Amino acid sequence: MSTQTSGLAIETAGLVKTFGETRAVDGVDLAVPAGTVYGVLGPNGAGKTTTVKMLATLLRPDGGEAHVFGHDVVREADEVRGRVSLTGQYASVDEDLTGTENLVLLGRLLGHHKKAARERAGQLLEAFGLSEAAAKQVKHYSGGMRRRIDIAASILNTPDLLFLDEPTTGLDPRSRNQVWDIVRAVVAQGTTVLLTTQYLDEADQLASRIAVIDRGRVIAEGTKGELKSSVGAGSVHLRLRDPEQRDLAAGLLRRALDAQVQPEPDPVALTARLTTAAGDDSAAEQASRALGELARAGITVDNFSLGQPSLDEVFLALTGHDTHDSSDRSDDPKDEVAA
Amino acid sequence: MSTATTTESTELAPVSTDSLAALLVSKERPPRPSAWSASMTFGWRAILKIKHVPEQLFDVTAFPIMMVLMYTYLFGGALAGSPKEYIQFLLPGILVMSVVMITMYTGISVNTDIEKGVFDRFRSLPIWRPSTMVGYLLGDALRYTIASIVMLTVGMILGYRPDGGVAGVLAGIALLVAFSFAFSWIWTMFGLMLRTEKSVMGVSMMVIFPLTFLSNVFVDPKTMPGWLQAFVNNSPITHLASAVRGLMGGDWPAAEVAWSLGWAGLFMLVFGPVTMRLYNRK
Repeated sequence: MSTQTSGLAIETAGLVKTFGETRAVDGVDLAVPAGTVYGVLGPNGAGKTTTVKMLATLLRPDGGEAHVFGHDVVREADEVRGRVSLTGQYASVDEDLTGTENLVLLGRLLGHHKKAARERAGQLLEAFGLSEAAAKQVKHYSGGMRRRIDIAASILNTPDLLFLDEPTTGLDPRSRNQVWDIVRAVVAQGTTVLLTTQYLDEADQLASRIAVIDRGRVIAEGTKGELKSSVGAGSVHLRLRDPEQRDLAAGLLRRALDAQVQPEPDPVALTARLTTAAGDDSAAEQASRALGELARAGITVDNFSLGQPSLDEVFLALTGHDTHDSSDRSDDPKDEVAA
Repeated sequence: MSTATTTESTELAPVSTDSLAALLVSKERPPRPSAWSASMTFGWRAILKIKHVPEQLFDVTAFPIMMVLMYTYLFGGALAGSPKEYIQFLLPGILVMSVVMITMYTGISVNTDIEKGVFDRFRSLPIWRPSTMVGYLLGDALRYTIASIVMLTVGMILGYRPDGGVAGVLAGIALLVAFSFAFSWIWTMFGLMLRTEKSVMGVSMMVIFPLTFLSNVFVDPKTMPGWLQAFVNNSPITHLASAVRGLMGGDWPAAEVAWSLGWAGLFMLVFGPVTMRLYNRK
């Protein structure tokens, strides 16, 4: 496929962009393997869009370097432009034109002859289920249709690298699933996709590797599994029969698992956060050991579940604040998760 | 809009990932379009926009008609004895003034495109960089031509008779459109530089009003105070108005034509590169 020397679609080192006093992107290092979906996860204002704009040659970096398929985004901008496409709130289509006109326009700008451009536009509209709306002005499209035409406009020529900047923000769940299907279809044909999102489940669904960005910095990077295990192996949720036994159970678990144990509002419920530090056992092994201990102590467990940590928990653990307040001050250590 | 069908309906046809996959298999890319072809494609877009939003022709139809009528009857009696005599002097000038005023809409279109998001898509394409801008201006050149034809028609109805005949009139319009094309690079620059449509509008007015009024469009500058004559006689609008007036009147005002083209070249040489620098840096 389009892998060149390093097999990396994107490689950045110390990428910086400042707007006045703000360092919107503050030393981002990324290595995106070709042929995969790479998730860039972060709250509003974390620097995701600014990073994408620099990689797509729309913004000039103030510091650091970025290469796309080995081409420098500043010195070889035109080479880069020939191989990437982008879709985002800002890289849209012309609302005054119809769906067909937009695609023909872009097709012609990519060098297709009139006939070829029309043909490709028709096929794409058909595949995206937009044939009926083809002759309507895009300003009359619904949110879901809008996103489809935006993506269609980005794959008039099959790009080697597709930037999808928050492709499902503001969409209803059904339209969101359809966009996900499109992303999977695109990457299955060998296109590398860089996906930015605020939605943890979106990154979880689509991406094979994820970088978590906060305040212009990569605060964690790795596979989904690596990210999750950096937070803990998961948590065990228990419901006891007798609320009187809860304190006893908590103490037992704490000793047996070396885990943080929290009582829940429900007087019979407990949650233990497993850490990977407790031996090399998997979460399931640790959990079954805990159950054994409880049984030996004569504590009856009514209900038991083992939960994987959500990416929400990952974010909270990494940044010390939740995903919605990027503006708060907090001291986040720049810990690299990837081994 | 008037169409009863609502595209918001939930019954949106599903995405066919199979046919999508088939479309993505082809990795061939046609050769890049030439600078000319890319610019013409953007010009085509401007024409499509006129087709879909014909209201935007208001500024090149109603506005010029209003200008001709207003100034002919407002000043005609006082300045030349009668509106009919005045229009002989006024029409080429008011034509220049109106078209140069209309150029400022270029900046607004650029700014709107940036705001709507379509601009960055164009910037991310591997095409000749100035073609986006040239496309706006080609579309606008068409608008300037429409405005000129409208005004000439109204003028003829009111009694304007160009001694230069068809050839003189065509030469005058050609010079005016060429000058306006070059002059518009000021607005592409402001469109890229300023943040909101309102500020683009504000700055445009500040430039356009003094520049067009302080000229020989309405009256002969001889009655003006010396310091003002110094400005008016050297203004590009005065040169252009004199050139167009001459051409349409059947003369060959070589010096004025040269001055107008010289100014046009200067505008393009100065504001073209600044525009492109902003475009690349944005």
